[in-house]
Amino acid sequence: MTEPPGTGLDDNDDDAAPGDECHGGPSEAHGLGIYVAGLALAVALTAASFATAAYDIVWEPAIPAALIALAVAQIGVHLVFFLHITSGPEHTNNSLALAFGLFVVVLVVGGSIWIMGHLNHRVMPMRQMMQMQR
Amino acid sequence: MAGRAGEAGVSSAATTPSGISAANRQRDPYRIGHDRHAHRDGGARGHGEGGPAPKRVIVGFGFWIFLLSDIVMFAGFFAAYAVLAGSTAGGPSGRDLFDLQRVAIQTGCLLASSFTCGLSYVAATRRNQLQVQLWLLVTGLLGLAFVTLELIEFVEMMMQGAGPDRSAFLSAFFALVGCHGLHVTLGGLWLLTMMAQIWVKGFRPRIMRRFLCFNLFWHALDIIWVALFTIVYLLGAGM
Repeated sequence: MTEPPGTGLDDNDDDAAPGDECHGGPSEAHGLGIYVAGLALAVALTAASFATAAYDIVWEPAIPAALIALAVAQIGVHLVFFLHITSGPEHTNNSLALAFGLFVVVLVVGGSIWIMGHLNHRVMPMRQMMQMQR
Repeated sequence: MAGRAGEAGVSSAATTPSGISAANRQRDPYRIGHDRHAHRDGGARGHGEGGPAPKRVIVGFGFWIFLLSDIVMFAGFFAAYAVLAGSTAGGPSGRDLFDLQRVAIQTGCLLASSFTCGLSYVAATRRNQLQVQLWLLVTGLLGLAFVTLELIEFVEMMMQGAGPDRSAFLSAFFALVGCHGLHVTLGGLWLLTMMAQIWVKGFRPRIMRRFLCFNLFWHALDIIWVALFTIVYLLGAGM
């Protein structure tokens, strides 16, 4: 608080930009390891996704659920290891914005699927509708 | 962090710098709106008294808001695709069209480019011009490979008569995947200007802020691609 304003780029303890690795800002030399760890995890999860889709590893009716779980896990890996969003106090603003964004995404996608599914279900049988579209 | 916080506490206790914190302590005995560190150290460290955050943090946060709004826009395309995925109008479905091997190569390209983009940022924090240019070049080439593969896929599909005008499913598919491809293409142009700016102007703060934003953008593209290859290609090929 005794520092004059604008002394530097990296001198705030209270906030971090998304992409910042930790306190101290980007001027400190570190961070190669976190990218390597993120790449390893992401590659493993991607390989698991493609293997799940291509081969008979998972019980068949559970494949969509498994794929979506793997995708959510990989998005989490990207957020933490590449975008460096953490739950620390300096990331409060970034995490809250992310939470709100996810809320809107779930609302838009989930709501659309839900409502349109019900509409399709109630208006007419799917087969009949397919025949009408032909 | 703890060391600096301690210093701040000591200095404020010794000198009571501006009187603001002392006055606030009387008016706000429970220190509402101050984080726990401030309470423990006895120094005034709330946002209200610390002054504005550094510009890099504000720029990063603003760009993060833009990225999230971009993701919300993609959510609209995803919702349209999810609703229309079954509406093939008697035309080809995803199972007939998608080539998972090519999608796997595309995914590898984009994931590797995200990694090299991160490496270029690490190199920039170490002020290593040559490494930054090298990793950005690799990032750009991987992005170019990704877009090329996607264009080949689009052309092949249109040659088969499965263009965006064939069915609602294909309209939604081309809109969603094409929008992502457009983002990667524009990101590639941004990457070229970024390389030129870093080369000519060096690592001055303004350039570093732009570079931070570019990194966020490129990583966000990869996040959208993860959702895309799962929902469109893997689930579509299985259905």
